[in-house]
Parts: sequence; structure tokens; C-alpha cells
Amino acid sequence: MSSNKKYWSSVEELKDSSMVEALKQNEFSEALPVEGFLEDKEALDDSSTTRRDFLKYVGFSTAAATLAACEGPVVKSIPYVVQPEQIVPGVANYYATTIADGFDFANVLVKTREGRPIKIESNRLAGVSGDANARVHASVLSMYDSNRLKAPQIDGKVSNWLTFDRELSTNLSKVSGKTVLLTQTFASPSTDKLIKEFLAKNPNASHVVYDTVSNSEAVAAYQEVYGVRGLGNYDFSKASIIVAIGADFIGDWQGGGYESGYAKGRVPVDGKMSRHIQVESNMTLSGANADQRIPVTPSVQKEILLGIYGFVTKTSVNISSASSKVASGIAKELVASGSAGVLITGIQDKAAQIMALAINSALGSKVLNTASPKLTSVGDAAQVASLIKEMNAGEVGAIMIAGVNPVYSLPNTAAFVSGLKKVGVTVSFASTANETASLCKYVATTPHYLEAWGDTEINKGNYGLTQPTIRPLFDTRQFQDTLLQLLGANVAYDQYIKENWSTSILNGKSFNQALHDGVFVSHNSSNTAGDFTSQSLTISKPSGLELTLYTKTSMGDGQQANNPWLQELPDPLTRTSWDNYLTMSKADAEELGIENHNVANGGLNGSYANVTVAGATLNVPVLIQPGQAKGSVGLALGYGRTQGVNKEMQVGINAFGLYKNQNSVQSVKVEKASGEHEFACVQLQRTLMGRGDIIKETTLEIFNTKDKSKFNPVPVVSLDHQETPITSPEVDLWDEFDRTVGHHFNLSIDLNACTGCGACVVACHAENNVPVVGKSEIRRSRDMHWLRIDRYYSSEETFEGDNEKKDNFSGLGDSLSGFGEMEQPSDNPQVAFQPVMCQHCNHAPCETVCPVAATSHGRQGQNHMAYNRCVGTRYCANNCPYKVRRFNWFLYNGNDEFDYHMNNDLGRMVVNPDVTVRSRGVMEKCSMCMQMTQKTILDAKRDGRPVNTGEFATACSNACNTGAIKFGDINDKDSSVAKSLEGDRMYHLLESVGTKPNVQYQVKVRNTKEA
Amino acid sequence: MKKVTHRNSISRLFLAIAFLLTFSSAITAVQAQADPGKGKELFNSLCAACHKRYKKATGPALYGVTDRHSTEWLYKWVKNSAALIASGDAEAVAIYEEYNKTAMNAFPQLSNADIDDILAYVMEPKAEKPVVAGGPAVSGSGSDSSSGIENNLVLGLLALVLVVLVSVLFLVNKTLRSFAAQNNVELPVSEKRRPLWKAFVENQFLILVSAVFLLLMSAYFAYGYLMQVGVDQGYEPVQPIHYSHRIHAGTNKIECKYCHSSARVSKHSGIPSLNVCMNCHKSISEVAETTQSEGLNEYGVDYNKEIKKLYKATGWNPDTQSYSGETEPVKWVRIHNLPDFAYFNHSQHVMVAGVACQKCHGPVEEMEVMYQYSPLTMGWCINCHRETNVKVEGNEYYDKIHEQLSKKYGVNKLTAAQMGGLECGKCHY
Repeated sequence: MSSNKKYWSSVEELKDSSMVEALKQNEFSEALPVEGFLEDKEALDDSSTTRRDFLKYVGFSTAAATLAACEGPVVKSIPYVVQPEQIVPGVANYYATTIADGFDFANVLVKTREGRPIKIESNRLAGVSGDANARVHASVLSMYDSNRLKAPQIDGKVSNWLTFDRELSTNLSKVSGKTVLLTQTFASPSTDKLIKEFLAKNPNASHVVYDTVSNSEAVAAYQEVYGVRGLGNYDFSKASIIVAIGADFIGDWQGGGYESGYAKGRVPVDGKMSRHIQVESNMTLSGANADQRIPVTPSVQKEILLGIYGFVTKTSVNISSASSKVASGIAKELVASGSAGVLITGIQDKAAQIMALAINSALGSKVLNTASPKLTSVGDAAQVASLIKEMNAGEVGAIMIAGVNPVYSLPNTAAFVSGLKKVGVTVSFASTANETASLCKYVATTPHYLEAWGDTEINKGNYGLTQPTIRPLFDTRQFQDTLLQLLGANVAYDQYIKENWSTSILNGKSFNQALHDGVFVSHNSSNTAGDFTSQSLTISKPSGLELTLYTKTSMGDGQQANNPWLQELPDPLTRTSWDNYLTMSKADAEELGIENHNVANGGLNGSYANVTVAGATLNVPVLIQPGQAKGSVGLALGYGRTQGVNKEMQVGINAFGLYKNQNSVQSVKVEKASGEHEFACVQLQRTLMGRGDIIKETTLEIFNTKDKSKFNPVPVVSLDHQETPITSPEVDLWDEFDRTVGHHFNLSIDLNACTGCGACVVACHAENNVPVVGKSEIRRSRDMHWLRIDRYYSSEETFEGDNEKKDNFSGLGDSLSGFGEMEQPSDNPQVAFQPVMCQHCNHAPCETVCPVAATSHGRQGQNHMAYNRCVGTRYCANNCPYKVRRFNWFLYNGNDEFDYHMNNDLGRMVVNPDVTVRSRGVMEKCSMCMQMTQKTILDAKRDGRPVNTGEFATACSNACNTGAIKFGDINDKDSSVAKSLEGDRMYHLLESVGTKPNVQYQVKVRNTKEA
Repeated sequence: MKKVTHRNSISRLFLAIAFLLTFSSAITAVQAQADPGKGKELFNSLCAACHKRYKKATGPALYGVTDRHSTEWLYKWVKNSAALIASGDAEAVAIYEEYNKTAMNAFPQLSNADIDDILAYVMEPKAEKPVVAGGPAVSGSGSDSSSGIENNLVLGLLALVLVVLVSVLFLVNKTLRSFAAQNNVELPVSEKRRPLWKAFVENQFLILVSAVFLLLMSAYFAYGYLMQVGVDQGYEPVQPIHYSHRIHAGTNKIECKYCHSSARVSKHSGIPSLNVCMNCHKSISEVAETTQSEGLNEYGVDYNKEIKKLYKATGWNPDTQSYSGETEPVKWVRIHNLPDFAYFNHSQHVMVAGVACQKCHGPVEEMEVMYQYSPLTMGWCINCHRETNVKVEGNEYYDKIHEQLSKKYGVNKLTAAQMGGLECGKCHY
């Protein structure tokens, strides 16, 4: 029996069914917007294409495309018509050359493949001066800059050299008034001679040397004392105590290049290592490496220097008691170490610089080498200032600007630009249309240093040669050749150098040998005694905060702003890339209401602040920097380029506007501004949270007196209620392989020698074709660096304090509050750097989880990664305790979304042909430079000899100037890594996990004194 | 292949006979006592680098030289041309000037009789082309068609016999049936049977088995088809210059690494740059006539035209013996194309392992047009690494590792695989 019940779906249906009926008829109350996408209804109706037809077409075209894809493309191979004798396709050639761009000076080797330079290596010959830092390593990419000018320009239009020369020489001959050469410091004997000849021929001409980042006070002081226009040259390997006051000598202080000497003295040998005291306001690399760091504002630094000067030279000085106490402590240590002590300062004040020299002289310091001063920065800020005045007064008829970009880098750009308009003939020697070049009538396009000739005298008596490593890519001509052209000399600059060298430098030695070596040493002077007068220092207490302008290890003075490797290289301390920012102490930030916080996706955000110096105001983001002296702020120069740089690279703020009188210390007013800035920070955690086994540390005293088990204990696990060391085979999950046959590679990282400079990171980029991902991807933690340098701050005064605090937690309450506190770094923390790359674990967790066996272990100890096999599950990265695997979220080459060097043919020239360029969706990681070890082995096989000890290398170990990263074969018992494996300081990262890594770390030893 | 070589030898025979016939009279005409056979040997070993008989090369064409100069003068010139020029001899100086002041090497080791022999050889008039080219061509095609006719004839006969047999059988059958009808013998009538296909369709088991079989077969062939995608074994593209490895590496036995010299030191074997070609082809502007006719007949290639292409690319003018400076690189079509993610090093295999080029590239010395001989797949690489012993003798690099590994594996010979040649990272990085 069927039911007669009627079911209503709503009350409305029962009461008034008309509406429901209407709804029934028209299910969609609104007409579907089909017209939007099927616009012409009639045409659609008329069309004979049915849905079935459409699907047929789709099916057919898919099948056709699939079939067509099976056909391989036709690849053309074009050999040379006449092959140059020295080029063999597939074999690298090395040339010694010298970089001298006015900011970085170093003797280097250039690796070329098929005639294109692809990598910079350090030249390890004796007599080499200047260390190849991150910027030098990255300079090879700057040659393949797509923004380079391709021909000389007149009035912004492309011209040719014939017209250019004709016009320029006629216009120069008509000039009334002065002709001024405004150049960088060349430190080049031949260029200096050439300029002298030019000045002799043109009596109205003068030469002004302008250093973008000035050392004029220090140069003036050195000149007054030692009679040479130069800078002190220090060999820190001879020092037992180093006192640096406001001098970041591991960074770019007075041209830098000191880290190798410094690191030599920092590794404990026979129980001895140097002691380093750093007095500074910004947290710098030097401060981070110091045994004792005293954060004070620049004005207090002056007091302390004055105090030390008083104690050492036994003159009475009038300073505050707090400073006096610090000064006397330092002075006592300095005096005690006598001639092995050294004091340096970065205070930009002639009297302060003379005091530092006087202190060293009083100590009889053997660290300062007065026989061979540094000649790389001899500019005079006062001369530049008077030049601007003359230009504005209309006294200058012609100006030739070479190697510098004053419109960008002068504090008073407006005055310079207005002056430039009054100059009749303006010539810029530049390789890109930078800020200055775009305002000049003539742009004499210059080649990159890898395409040019040159010579340098970095330190007096240490000569270097620059030679072209490739034919000029564009129609360029170097400054010196244009000068020779103007002089009417019918000689090319290389010939000019050769003649100059054979007459005045070589002393009968072979030029070809010097060119081959890249360096030539001819010392014939001995240490000179200084001539000191008593000094007084004026110390004015500033009203606001004290700003110290500094240069980053990545960007320097901003010349290479268009270099994506450098933009993406994180600052060693803030670990932030693609930016500059105001660094501020936590206390000051709280006072001003400035905040830093992490947003939901992990990215770091920070408040903006307005920074005002004598009328000039900048709106900059603020980053709270642990260790920044209260009352001081810091800001990096070299950012905020706008002309001749790609849009992606136009990041940061140009801080040169605050660089008044070219003095790096300024008194500023800081106010909080509205808005939040998004930083691209690669490391979010700041402290170690008391996990002392990640970076093991000890003091020199304990290291010298105690057993290994005290400062470097092997982790233990419980086996049958017995504490068993993790290294014992009984607690191992895995069966051990025999690893004594053949080579077994190990990488050793000495935490004592690592200064955190980042040269290895850039070298790794260059060697392994690591892609650049850009600011927004970095912010998403998708950086691709195969090698990262972790930076940790201590949350207590010392890391030891952290460990104790964590060990003394009792109960849940302590842990909850305590760990929260330990996330915050101390106001003056200890800092530790730790380079981390793939640890090449013998028992690698990544290998066991890969579903397609794309990552596997080689018997030479390397953990292999077969990109073509990887399907991108990312299990391996999740299972890696070290987080060193990097995933290609996108296609980074040939993709307009990532418009860096790999997106244009010129930039791709830098790619290493021996290493695969990875595609989207695969995992990649450090291979321990497999291509380099394989090459070394093959070379030995071909020669029929065993591999020599020390022959194996990786890109990072080659780039490391301090010797912190060492690479070798532990089955070769003579190798340094085999020896360090047995050493007391050796430990493995996260050893307790039992992964048995092939990367060793050496315990960091600090030379601290108990107060 | 066999047929071709057969024809070659026939053509060579014809050629030799033709030469002999044509020149036997000339020999006696020029110099009765001189021996052009010996002269040819001397000419090829000493003179051919710079001189041709009928064409200007680095030096002048030598045919008719005795008409231009006296024999006595030639003796002096050949033995020491520099002295003759220095002495101010007008004839000598004129030649010296004409050939861009390139002095001819002195040959003091030649006796007058030797020089006479050479002169006898060079004074032989040029052979008439049609005789040489036509002779073997006609005979070649003749032998070809005759063998074809024979085959057809035999086949035709066989077919005829078959037709006769079938008709005989039919006739016999017909006769027998008529006999049976006459004698009232009942012939058995065959029952109407179920057709085979119907039985098959109704048998479900058979359907199932054959369906499974068909599926497996198609899977097998589909797999086979897909696995050859991207494998270019046998790839034989047309190159911008028809370069014959057969002539260079085969006939002339030029060592592979003479041209592919970077295989010794580099990962690339290298396509030789054109200046390497010109080392020889500066003086070889034309191939031998036998080679030329062989090329025309068998491969449809005019080798001399191909050499002209080389001259065009390098900007070499064979008439003035000078480079114009205008070059245009040759765009070869690449045959062996490993993917970028696989690293292969020629020097490792050629120099360290001593692997012959032919092992991977096949009988190159027999290839008229180069083609890809091996599949170049990973399986192919791996297989060789598994089977090939590492050449450790005389290489100190291997001393220690060989000793250790031999002990470990208990063998005396080690394969590349045992040495670690199967690890991913050795080729993929």
C-alpha cells in the first residue's frame, strides 16, 4: 500500500506553492553568465563544430604533438676554422691577473673554458697580496652583465671610436679653464706614469683621486708619520694580541685583505693563539670573531683610544672613568705582549690615526710593516670637495671621470650635478650607463678588468699584472688607451706597460714570467721609523644617535650592484640579502617603538625609520642587531643604485647621502616612520638555545690543560643501561662498509679560522651553477645556496652561559619560561659562524627514504644526487637533519620570472659546462665538487701516477683564504684531513644522530681571559 | 657489400689494363732507358707534397717540364734550387718570384738517373677520361643485369613446371571423376561442419587466452617502441660537406686522433677545426681518379666538389695557393648527442682505459657517411662497465687500489664496475 503522505521541502511550499513552482521551473534564479564566454550566440548555433568534433580535434592534436615530440631536434656543431693552439674544447686554462677596481685589489687566477672566463680562483703564489673575497669571486659575473654599454656614446647616442676620438680631441683643445681627471685610486705604476705624462703635456690639467669609501684621514696620518702617501700594512699572523678600535679589518677596513694573516694566528698551535679585542659600535665580522668585544659608540671609542695612547706613551689624558678602566685593561695587555701587540683603528680622524701608529711604534710592534705600505686608497676627500666648488664656480672646462661614480656616491650629489652642468666637456669612463655616465656628454666605454691590461702595486714592492682573459665582448677601450690616444702616442697600453716594467720595475727579470705568475716582488726598502708629534683628540658628545656607515662583504661600495650573486649573498651577521637597513640596538629600538617580528610565513618584517643628518633625511627599514652599541646605529653603503642596473637589482637605500665630508661616523636623529618593511632573511633562529653540541666551544686554557673528553666529548647512548659512545659499532643500526680502499673524501671546517666572510658561498655559486632565486623567494626560505654560513648569537653573555642555563633548568615551568628567554640574543652576545653544506653522511638518512634511488652513496664518501632520476618527492629534504638539500621550486634558467643572469645569453656564459643546470622539480645539494675530484683523479690516471697529497680540492676549500675549509682524502694518511680526523678538536655535526658525516668540524677555541 | 667489393676489384683491373695499354707507347717515346714506374715511386714520396703532374699546386705542374727547361738545368734545380737562384740564373729567379719566393727543397740524394725516372713519369700525358670512367661502368652494369636475367629465367622455368603440374593434377582428377560417374561409384559427400571461427568465438577459454596474449604482445611492442624514443642509433644525417671516413680512416689509414686530437686530453673528442683538414688538403685538391669515379658511381658524390666546399670555408684559393681571409665555419650536424646530465670523458676512455674508438663508434673506417653505431643509452654504458676490465698495468695510479680491491674481491682482474664505475655520481653531476 502506497502512502498518501505528501512531503514538503519547506514551509513556503505548503503555504504558497506559486513561488516554489516558479523555482521548479527555473532552477537557477539568475541566468548563468554564459554570454560572457559564449558571446555570439547565433554564430555558435550556426557553427557546425559539435562538442564531439571538438574533442576529436583535441585528441588528434595531442596525439600529433606527442608523435612529433618523439623526433629529436637537429643539433649543429660548429668547430673553429682555425683553432687557437692553446684552446682545447673541454680543457680549462688558467691565467693570472689582478683586479683593481678602486675598492677591491687582489691578485687572482682566472679559470677559462673554451675561451670564456668562468671562475675566479685565489692565486696562491708567494708574494701575492690582497685576498679574493666574495666580491672578487663574483666579479666574473659582472663581466657578463647585460647592462654593459656596447660602444662609445656621445650625448647618449651610440657612436664609434673614430668619431669619438675626433670630437673629443677637438673639443678638449678648445677648452678654456682647467681640465680635471677625477679617478679612482689605480695603484698602478704605469697608469700613474701615464697620467703624469698627460699632466705634463696639458699644463692646465690636474688629477684628483677620489675613493668612493674614503680613507683620507688615515692616509694623511700615515703620510705625516712615515712620509709615504699610503696606508699601514699589517701582518696579523705575527700578532699575539690584536686590538681593533672601530676597525673591521676582517671586513673592508682600509681595503681589507687581512683575514688570511689573522686566521693563521687564530688556530691554536702548541697551545698558543692570538687574542683579539674589538672595540666597536656596529656588530662587524671582526667583532664577531673577537675574543672580547666591547660595544661602545664611536665617541667612546675615541676616548678609549685616547686612554690607551695615554697609558702606552705615558702621557696624561682627560677621559671618563669608565673609558679609562677599559683603556687601562687593554693597554696593560698590549704592553705585556710588547712587539707582538698591535692596535688599529678605523676612527676617521687624523689625530686618532697618528695615535694608533704612535702606540704601535711605542710597542715596537712587528705587525706593522712600514717597509711596504698599502697603496690602494690614496684619495683626498678635501680635494674632491674643492673640485666641486671649482666646478660650480665655472673654473673647470673639462672633466674626465674614470673608475668612479660620483653622482651616486657623493653625499652632495646636487652640488656635483649642478657643477657638472657648468663644465664644457664631460667625459665618463664607464662600462655601464651609471648615474654619472648618463649625465656626461661623452661616455668612453671601458672593458671589464678581465678584458683589459693593467698593472698594480697593491703594497709597495708587490707588483701585479692584469691581462685580458677574453677578447673584449663589446666595442670598448680602456681608460689608459684613450689617454694614450689623447696624448697622440702611437702605442697600445699593453706595450706601454711592458716598456715601463722593463725600464723601471723588472730589473732585468722576465716580463713573461711576471705575466705568468701575475705577481712580481721587488722589495728593496726596510722599515722606516716614524716621526711622531704629540697629538690631541677633540671628542664631542653628539646630541642624537651616532651612525656608523659601513660596507657589506657582499655589496662593498656598490660597483657590482647589478651582480645577482652578490645581491643574494646574505650578510654574514644579519643573514639578510637583497637589502640594506639601519642596524639598531634592542634598547634603542624599544625606546623609539621600533619592532622586528616574524610573520606567519616565517618572513621577517621591520619598522621604518627616518634618519636625518644635517638636513638630509632617509627613510630606511630597521633591523634590530644584537651587539649594536646602545646609542649607535649602522647603515650599509653601496645600495640604492638606480641607473645602469636591472630593476630587480635596484634594492635598498643609497646611504651615501649621509656620508657627509666622507666621514663614516655621523650624528643622526632617528624617528620611527610608518609602514613595515619585508626583509629577505635566510636564517630565522638567532640563538643556539644552549645546544652546545652544534657548535662546540672551549677556552684556550681548558684546551691546553684538559683532556679531550672535557671539551669535546663523544655523545653517548644507552646500550643495556651502559653508556656507550655513539661511534661504537654496537649501537649502530647499519653494517659498516670497508672504506679503506681507494679515496675517501673528507671536508674539514675549522671554526677557529672561519671568519664568516662568505667567499666560499659565491665560489660555490660559480662552480656549481647554483641559481639565483630573488628576494621574494628568499623570503619564502627557498634559497638555493648549497653552502650556507649559519650565524648564532649567545643568549647569555657567552655560549658557555647558555649551556649552563639550559642544563640547570628544572621542571616544566623553568623550561617554558627559560627556553623563551633563550630565543633572545644577549645585548653583547658571543657570535659563532658555522659553514654548513651537505655532510655526506656515511649513514645518510636521505638515501634510505628516496623512493626512486636518486640519491645514493659512493664509495669515495660522497653522497650522490642524480638529478635526472629525481622525481621531486622531497622526502630526502625532510629526512635530512642538517637541512642542506635545496628544491628547485621553479625553472630558474631561461625563465622571465627570474630575470637574473641565467635568463640571458650573456649571463649564461658564466655557467660551468661540467655541471648540470638543474631543471624544475628536482632536489639538489652540495656534491663535494664531484666534478673537481673526478678531474683530479683523471689527471693522475692519465699521467700514470698516484694523486699527490693536497691535490684534491673543492670550490669552497679553494676559495677559503683563511684555511678554515680543508678538503682531502683520509685514506692518504699524509693529508691534512686525515690528520685532523684524529685530532682532539674534531667533531661531527649532530653526532648523536649517528649519521657518520664526512664533514669534520674543529672545536672553536676562544682566547678569553676570566675577568 | 660483397657485390660491391667484387665490382671494385673488377673496375681496378680494368683501370690497370687501360693504363697499361694507353701508356705503353708513351713510355718508350719520352726516354727509352728511364723507368716511369720507379719515377712514380720517387715522385709520390718526394715531390707529391708540393707538385702535381697536370695541375699547379704549391709548385708548378710538372707535365711538360722538359719542354720548358733543359734536362741539365733541371738536374741542377732539383739537386739545389737555392744555389741556382743565388747564382742569378734568370730562369730560376723567375720561378722563385712567380711562386711567392717559396724555395723548393734541395734533393742532393737524387742521382741524374733518378731525376730521369721522375721526368719520365711526369711527362706521361694525361689519360683520356672517358676511357677510364666508361670502361668499368659498362662492364659493371653488364655483369649486374646478366645475373638478374639468370635468376628470372630459373624462376620462370620453375613457375612453368608448377603450372604444368597443377594442370596435370586437375586433369587427372577430372578423368577419375568421369570414370567414377561412368562406373556408378558413389563418391563420399563431405558433411557440413561448423566453421572454425564460430567454434573459436563460442569457446570462452580460448577467447580469454588469446585476449591475454594479445594484450601482452601489444604491451611488449609498445614498450619496445617507447624505449627507442630518444635513442638515435643509426642516425645518419646529411652533412654540409660529404666527408668520407672510409677514405680517410679506411683507405688512407689516418689515425683517428690525428684529427680528433682533443680526445687525448679532453672530455670532447672534438670536431677537427678546418686548419687540420688543410694540413693535407692544401696539397690534395683533387682525389685520385679512381676514387672520384668510385664516388660518382657508388655514392653519387663528386669528391672534388666536396673539397671545393672545404676551400670555400677556409677561404683557400688553390690557384694562387693563398688564403683570402674570408672564412665561413662549417655547420656540421651533430650525430652523437649525450644529454647534458650525463658526463662522459673521451680522454678517460681513450687514453687511460685504452678503449679503441671503434668499440663505441663502430667500423668508422668503413663508413662512407658517419652514423651513430651504438645506442648510447645508460644500459649500454653500464653493460660495458660491467664487462670491461680496467687497464691497470703500467699505471701507477692503480697500483694501490688494484692490490686492495683484488684482495677484497679475490680476483686478479677488476672490472670498471668493481672500481666504482656504476656509481650514479661518477657520471651525473
